[in-house]
Amino acid sequence: MDAPVNTNLLELYRTMRRIRTFEERVGELFVRGQSAGSMLHLSIGEESSAAGVCAAMKPQDTFTTHHRGHGIFLARGADPKRMMAEIGGKETGYCRGKGGSMHIADMALGHLGANAIVGGGIPAVIGAGLSSRHLKQDSVSIAFFGDGAMQQGILYESMNMASLWNLPVLFVCINNQYGMGTRIDQATRNTAFDQRAKAFGLNGAVVDGLDVEEVQAAARWLVDEARAGKPGFLSVEVYRFFGHARMDKSPYREEAEELEGRKKDPVLFARNKLIDTGIEEERILDELDKAIAAEMDATIDFAVESKAPPLGSMFKDVYAAGEPEPESVRARIDRVLARDDA
Amino acid sequence: MMTSMTYRDALRKALDDAMTDDSSIVVIGEEVGRYGGAYGVTKDLIKIHGADRLIDTPISEPAIVGTAVGAAMTGLRPVAELMYIDFLGMTMDQLANQAAKIRYMFGGQIGVPMVLRTQGGTGRSAGAQHSQSLEAWVMHTPGLRLAMPATVADAYHLLRQSLTKPDPVVFIEHKALYTRKEEIDLDADPLPWGKAAVRRQGDDLVIVTYSRQVFYALEAADALARKGIEATVIDLRTLNPLDFDTVREHVERVGKAMVVSEGVMTSGVAAELAARISEECFDFLEQPVLRVAGEDIPISVSQELESGSVPSARMIADVAARMMA
Ligand SMILES: Cc1ncc(C[n+]2csc(CCOP(=O)(O)OP(=O)(O)O)c2C)c(N)n1
Ligand SMILES: [Mg+2]
Repeated sequence: MDAPVNTNLLELYRTMRRIRTFEERVGELFVRGQSAGSMLHLSIGEESSAAGVCAAMKPQDTFTTHHRGHGIFLARGADPKRMMAEIGGKETGYCRGKGGSMHIADMALGHLGANAIVGGGIPAVIGAGLSSRHLKQDSVSIAFFGDGAMQQGILYESMNMASLWNLPVLFVCINNQYGMGTRIDQATRNTAFDQRAKAFGLNGAVVDGLDVEEVQAAARWLVDEARAGKPGFLSVEVYRFFGHARMDKSPYREEAEELEGRKKDPVLFARNKLIDTGIEEERILDELDKAIAAEMDATIDFAVESKAPPLGSMFKDVYAAGEPEPESVRARIDRVLARDDA
Repeated sequence: MMTSMTYRDALRKALDDAMTDDSSIVVIGEEVGRYGGAYGVTKDLIKIHGADRLIDTPISEPAIVGTAVGAAMTGLRPVAELMYIDFLGMTMDQLANQAAKIRYMFGGQIGVPMVLRTQGGTGRSAGAQHSQSLEAWVMHTPGLRLAMPATVADAYHLLRQSLTKPDPVVFIEHKALYTRKEEIDLDADPLPWGKAAVRRQGDDLVIVTYSRQVFYALEAADALARKGIEATVIDLRTLNPLDFDTVREHVERVGKAMVVSEGVMTSGVAAELAARISEECFDFLEQPVLRVAGEDIPISVSQELESGSVPSARMIADVAARMMA
């Protein structure tokens, strides 16, 4: 493990601040009535998991995410404008307005897709691990998911196969303590999740998400091991600062708990660490934050000004380009009525 | 007594009343207890009936449905809730291979009197994995009953009736109807289970549909009436059992039929209905039965593409007017 160099923490801070600010702008897009729907899951409070793990990845690596995946994709290098446009259901978005917040993907960055089925994206990394080995891609494939998915059976089928076949795979659980309104101890008896992974023969670690450098260090070890054929599991312990989705005001938890939970702020922690250890001056960080705010403001303008996808595009990409497209219902009806007229 | 109630509250009241009358009823699902249901249908029921009967589960759908199967075989009357019908994909083994087949495989020894409550359909920009209309998967599986209420009164009565049935009932609500409010008379005798409702009577054309599309069909019928075209609108209410007698009676009387479904057109519920009308009412039909149904594509998150993917009142009225031309 390399000792983190000064620029490392600054870079991680920048990534986390960009995620935080982007997510705040997603909230704004919703309030302005410009988002496609309200099923927007913000990763505020969880930035260290995205920044720390993605910093340990190589360009050839691939990943899938859960529905709360904006931060992970940004940390991987996504263009926030195209992300915001996708969240607005616009033509200029990563998936041409078809996927939205919960289905963002980008093959160029190895993003095999976000998922609206809890646990739905997990086994794909087993397949990606197989490809990596057969095609000598030297890539690791990482499944990001929430603590809720720890209760889905498919995770354990996947862990078992990863271990059995020594695949270059990493499972990353972002444990934000809640699945919707259910606190983790109401969903399972044993919350020491690394034990489950170890039982299948995987490397396993649990890390406090307060300090992004600790997340990064744990992820580096696990990613390196996975690349060498020993799959692993990492649980990053964080707190979901706000409601499950935009409409949820979290009536099921006490305000005191929330205030306490929000003290575990990885962005603020990194900022203070940068200042306290003399790596960066507060004034410079203020300027960085301002520049990020401006960058993210522009994402809203871009999304709002972008066009909705043309209606005809709805028949595209059901099948591969050049293959027969589904015939529209109207076309079929027209044919019947034309015959009637004759 | 007439009261004004939302679809959501009618569902909630049906569960509440049924649980009061029948202590063997338990509700099992994600967020059904403390949270009160993702769409608020079980709100505060935990305060009335307790956490022993409103059972919050981990996010483990196959086990939720399988638990209901086992409970139903051993004396309870479970209501399993799937937050979105799209999660049928995960639970289809428990539903189709277990719940649906147990009575038959075991020679009639035992049934599975459970209700699988879920919701489907478009209308919230919820994307490809949270907007589907998968009733055809259920209708295609012998052994399962299938109820799809459109009106507030049916939300109440069909759910109450589902909770008295000897076999598994899949009960599919429409996510765009929860806030719909109607006057209902809870003391009036409900329509019998398995009987279609004629929501509007006309002599020019029969529109056969169910769930949210009932309201689109009625809206279309109003528009058609302004052009002097009078449509009959049949709300099937349950797809299994299917009240084909009512459909046949009106199609034979009128001679023109259209079926409307939000589900995708190919091999869907509309396909089954159209085939059956064509076979059984052939001699009475003046022209082919037309299907107005969902496009054979996934649902996009973009509002424009989402609403373009499924029938609208306008499309129903357009097609109907052309059928009459
Ligand atoms: C298979 C499935 N079940 C249920 C849901 C509804 N749902 C969406 S997110 C969620 C909670 C997920 O919690 P967790 O995995 O901890 O992720 P978090 O939202 O906390 O990031 C639930 C129950 C779903 N989308 N998919
Ligand atoms: Mg969680």
